[in-house]
Amino acid sequence: MFDLTGKSALITGASGGIGGEVARVLHGAGATVGLSGTRTEPLEALAAELGERAHVLPCNLSDAEAVNALPKQAAEAMGSVDILVNNAGITRDNLFMRMSEEEWASVLDVNLTSGFRLCKGVLRGMMKARWGRIVNISSIVGATGNPGQGNYAAAKAGLVGMTKSLAYEVATRGVTVNAVAPGFIETAMTEKLNDDQKAGILGQIPMGRMGSPSEIAAAVLYLASAEAGYVTGTTLHVNGGMAML
Amino acid sequence: MSDDIAERVKKIVVEHLSVEEDKVTENASFIDDLGADSLDTVELVMAFEEEFGIEIPDDAAETIQTFGDAVKFIKEAQ
Repeated sequence: MFDLTGKSALITGASGGIGGEVARVLHGAGATVGLSGTRTEPLEALAAELGERAHVLPCNLSDAEAVNALPKQAAEAMGSVDILVNNAGITRDNLFMRMSEEEWASVLDVNLTSGFRLCKGVLRGMMKARWGRIVNISSIVGATGNPGQGNYAAAKAGLVGMTKSLAYEVATRGVTVNAVAPGFIETAMTEKLNDDQKAGILGQIPMGRMGSPSEIAAAVLYLASAEAGYVTGTTLHVNGGMAML
Repeated sequence: MSDDIAERVKKIVVEHLSVEEDKVTENASFIDDLGADSLDTVELVMAFEEEFGIEIPDDAAETIQTFGDAVKFIKEAQ
């Protein structure tokens, strides 16, 4: 089950905790992976760890031109892009009353608009092939909101709306578009939380623990697989029961 | 030469939309007469781009509504 042999997957934010694990799991299922991210060094390290079938494709996702060029670079490196995982995300947390235009715009740009651009860029090949998988990494806060994260929550909710709309449009072409909404996962992003914040969060999670990147990667693997061919437009929540949506 | 373009366009349209060749007339609208949906028209434009090695920008693509429009655009683009 879930054999991705012969498929090529482009993963953004592959230098991060979740993205790196997604790349490992898809690669482990047989896929060729294109590792994208801003920081080249961790991407090179991951590619070295994976060995064959791994390509490093650095890209600054706040640079529109670079983002628009990425799908083509990925297709040239891997032969095609059959699976796109829009995982890259940044946070610029601030109270709404204090949030600057720049904090708002930079988060929307990287977390939402780059997803739009990359989807657009990979769709031609997927539609021609009559097969494609797009998995957008949203977040629990896109559904529930979170104080201090007005920008992040808006971008992550936006990804869900984008996912559903695109899923409608390309459903007849064998292309599925889904989202995965992680709850609190042990990554560099959640490491920034202090102990009180962590304790507060754990109190809200029925499972009483944070999730691991591999638990998100498993959800992505499923949605990227041939077996999930009848699943589209959905958001798979992986959050330990923190929000039962 | 130009007839050759029309023939090549017709072939793409016939194959993509699974319609009879004689239905693909000068004024045949892809959507109204040939049963295309809006995504089919996007795919037709993609196919034209590949067949003729041209780039059809989005705003130009929107003006290509009929078989005749397509042939005319491609002739001018070449």
